[in-house]
Amino acid sequence: MHNDEKPRVFQSYPEIEDLPMHENPQPNEINPDSDVIIGLEIHVQLNKLKSKLFCGCSTSYHNSEPNTHTCPVCLGLPGSLPALNKKAVEFGIKVALALECKLLDQTLFYRKNYFYPDLPKGYQISQYDFPLAKDGRVTITTDAGEKVIRINRVHIEEDPAKLMHIGGMGHSKYTLVDYNRSGMPLLEIVTEPDLRSPKEARRFLDKLRSILDYLDVFDGNLEGAMRIDANISLKGGGRTEVKNISSHKGVEKALLYEKTRHKNLRMKNIHIKRETRHYDEQRGITILLRTKEEEEDYRYFPEPDIPLMNVKEWETRLRNEIPELPDAKRQRFIKEYGIKEEHARSLTSDIAIANYFEIISKEIDPSVAASWIADVVKGELNYRDINIKESNLTADKMIRILKKFVLGEITDRNMVELIREIIDSGKDPEEIIKKRGFGKVGEDEVLLLVKKVIEENPDAVKDYRNKNDKALNYLVGKVMALSKGRSDPKEVINLLRKYI
Amino acid sequence: MKSFKRGIEGFKDIVNNGETEETISKLIDKINKSRLNAFITIRKEAIEDAKKIDKGEVERKGRLLGVPIAVKDNISTKGIETTCASKMLKGYIPPFDATIIEKLKREGGIIIGKTNMDEFAMGSTTETSFFGPTLNPWKNDRVPGGSSGGSAAAVAAGECMVALGTDTGGSVRCPSSFCGIIGIKPTYGLVSRYGLIAYASSIECIGSMATSIKDAETVLNIISGKDPKDSTSISLEDREKIINNHKTDKSKRKKRIGVLTTLFNDNSIDKDVLNSVWNAIYKLDDLGIEYKEIDLPNIRYALPSYYIISMSEASSNLARFDGTHYGFSLDEELNWDSTFSKIRKKGFGREVKRRVLMGTFALSAGYYGRYYLKALKIRSMIIDDFNNIFDKEKLDTIVTPTMPYKPFRLGEKIDDPVSMYLSDIFTVPVNLAGLPSLNITCGFSEGLPIGMQLIGKAFCEPDIIDIAKIYELNTNYQKKVWELF
Repeated sequence: MHNDEKPRVFQSYPEIEDLPMHENPQPNEINPDSDVIIGLEIHVQLNKLKSKLFCGCSTSYHNSEPNTHTCPVCLGLPGSLPALNKKAVEFGIKVALALECKLLDQTLFYRKNYFYPDLPKGYQISQYDFPLAKDGRVTITTDAGEKVIRINRVHIEEDPAKLMHIGGMGHSKYTLVDYNRSGMPLLEIVTEPDLRSPKEARRFLDKLRSILDYLDVFDGNLEGAMRIDANISLKGGGRTEVKNISSHKGVEKALLYEKTRHKNLRMKNIHIKRETRHYDEQRGITILLRTKEEEEDYRYFPEPDIPLMNVKEWETRLRNEIPELPDAKRQRFIKEYGIKEEHARSLTSDIAIANYFEIISKEIDPSVAASWIADVVKGELNYRDINIKESNLTADKMIRILKKFVLGEITDRNMVELIREIIDSGKDPEEIIKKRGFGKVGEDEVLLLVKKVIEENPDAVKDYRNKNDKALNYLVGKVMALSKGRSDPKEVINLLRKYI
Repeated sequence: MKSFKRGIEGFKDIVNNGETEETISKLIDKINKSRLNAFITIRKEAIEDAKKIDKGEVERKGRLLGVPIAVKDNISTKGIETTCASKMLKGYIPPFDATIIEKLKREGGIIIGKTNMDEFAMGSTTETSFFGPTLNPWKNDRVPGGSSGGSAAAVAAGECMVALGTDTGGSVRCPSSFCGIIGIKPTYGLVSRYGLIAYASSIECIGSMATSIKDAETVLNIISGKDPKDSTSISLEDREKIINNHKTDKSKRKKRIGVLTTLFNDNSIDKDVLNSVWNAIYKLDDLGIEYKEIDLPNIRYALPSYYIISMSEASSNLARFDGTHYGFSLDEELNWDSTFSKIRKKGFGREVKRRVLMGTFALSAGYYGRYYLKALKIRSMIIDDFNNIFDKEKLDTIVTPTMPYKPFRLGEKIDDPVSMYLSDIFTVPVNLAGLPSLNITCGFSEGLPIGMQLIGKAFCEPDIIDIAKIYELNTNYQKKVWELF
């Protein structure tokens, strides 16, 4: 921004005229259709980066002893200075672009000043005016169809250290500080107050998580990978913020609790004060942390140790590195594989599942594969709270059993049993089929069983001949029982009709 | 230490003669017996370092081999207590070296000790130190200037050969002026700040101090250059480009000085100081360096702008001192917030608390725009003023007195902070603009040295060093300090 003739030493600030005075945010836009207004702030730990935000310390501390991933910088020792991890900015930009945000021409770090035992410098390096990106959008599916949730901003900041209280907060006489987390790169994503129900909030988080997984910027399974602050108000009422919720379900539950609490207070004509609350996951309730009057004045000012960055120059290169995202992939699946919309949606909501499906579809009819993966496999994984990579059901095994299924060698019912057992035991499908007798009974054998049942149940046969359909069902059931579920009911019906 | 007159170059003979250990131990002895209180920590291990050199256990290379260096006590030194002259950091031993300390060690330099200073570099007299004031070696009832008063006094008294100081609003140049030595404050960004315990991050620089311009230059060259650990530092290649840009601009013309006379009219400026500086300008004129009287329109706003920015940054930089894991702490069981405030109440001195409180106020909601942002705007205007005048008048340097007064008496101004702040009038604008400047002795009055300040264009230290060398060569004022050795 300045020519070489007149070198300006301080480039830490944009042109001063551009620095806005700190103004109160505009009042929230209110949708008259709904009486609940929700906005979220999501902190995403970019734990797939190799090093922390401002130093070379490793980010993989999750299984380490406390205070083993530290250095003068993340301990905030006197004289240390932050050296920005450029890769973290790149990750941030990719997320911002994936959320359809606009990058700012120049981005700037700020110091957020407050005292707390988890903050070794007495301030957190964060962003304020001039965040990384602004004005994005995410489309979610609600009960009423698709809906756009606007993103206010995306910015980068450092994680504080972790406080630990042996024996619990109320009982421990002292606080232990683990600085392993200190200086971890965090992305803060702030939505506009566009969400209208706790369920929508959860849908939004699921979608966001899926996009983040696609971008491969974080491992959501690690502790503290995603922490959410949820703001809620009733139309015309005061706003409360529930801080630091660690799961999507937790957000939904906390918001449901708050919604009810707000409504109850309103019925009693009690004014809802602006306050910050904590969600007690065990008890499923929110607890008052502090009121607006007790809020800190963070005294934000531009961080003098980190020069201004012109990130806009990186945009084209990073845009090219963004993979196909869930919405685009869903459209492609529908078009390319001819599968049903809801199957495509389900498959693409998880990048690992989407890839799994594509591998399997090379050898199996895509509609069959889609149906089994979306309707059965995903449900079984959810039930066990594991992901496809953690399960034993490799794409290869899935292809093998689907081939048998398509050939009619395994029944629907036994397929489900088989999938469950592979996931749980990890055994070879063929071994399970043999041991459990899941293989379909051969035609000759079915015929024998049908004849046997006809012979042994003369009364039912007689009823059937008298046009009693229930009798047929009874006979089919008998055959199925004798074959231990290994025969195809349709085939059995045909045979019964033929021989009665 | 008469042998110190010959500077770094002369020290090579000491090393070659195998007299390093003897010299260093004599020096330690001298410091121990000194009344000046220039050092907070004396490093006896320096003798062991010297012994290794004499025994040939150290590779015989490096531009500073064996040279005893004094380091201001706000620069982190691995394994050596670093206190910032504050009770708050008493007992704090950094586990790492500042980047510049690594560089000096690599050149064979020996750290002789850590020097006294105003607490957290906040002051112009070295009287706010928790460890008591340092005395001026010329007259012991006078202050040595500050905040790098210990470093300046040690250099002037021959208690080290060269020293490091830090300069936020004149803290290298002011004590250099009061102690009659050379002090160079480089362009912001030329020298890494990694390891410097921060007071005002966007303003402060580490500078070199010596009794000759050559030695100060040697040290500055060693500590200069890009440091990946300090994002605000600049590479020597980029600096070279900036210098070359200026060269093509106006080749083969007379050197020219701008004299900031609009600041000279203030009646409070000591007449002896003004006379000495004018005499120096006439002397340079005789030597073929022409001068021109200039004005910087916004410079009168420099002091308030500087104090708002520096105090605001200080309020944030000093927030980390809460006694949680280093330095001063309490043996009481209190809640964390009570512990923090009690530690900060007891650990910081008056001046530090004053500046932290004022900085906190200036950054508060509702005041940020009124004070901090306005101060930043003034800063931009001052930067532009300097750039414009250097360009328009084709100046190599701008000259002012370094300090408006001769060294004052101990205790004379300590209870009048506003008057104390005003004494930074010539030095502070330079820090705001991030420009290089140096102090060189240009006269004496009542047996006390008077210093002249040369200000240069950003990253053009060679311009002011060249002029200072011409002046040093053709006058005797700077050499007078050797009488104190």
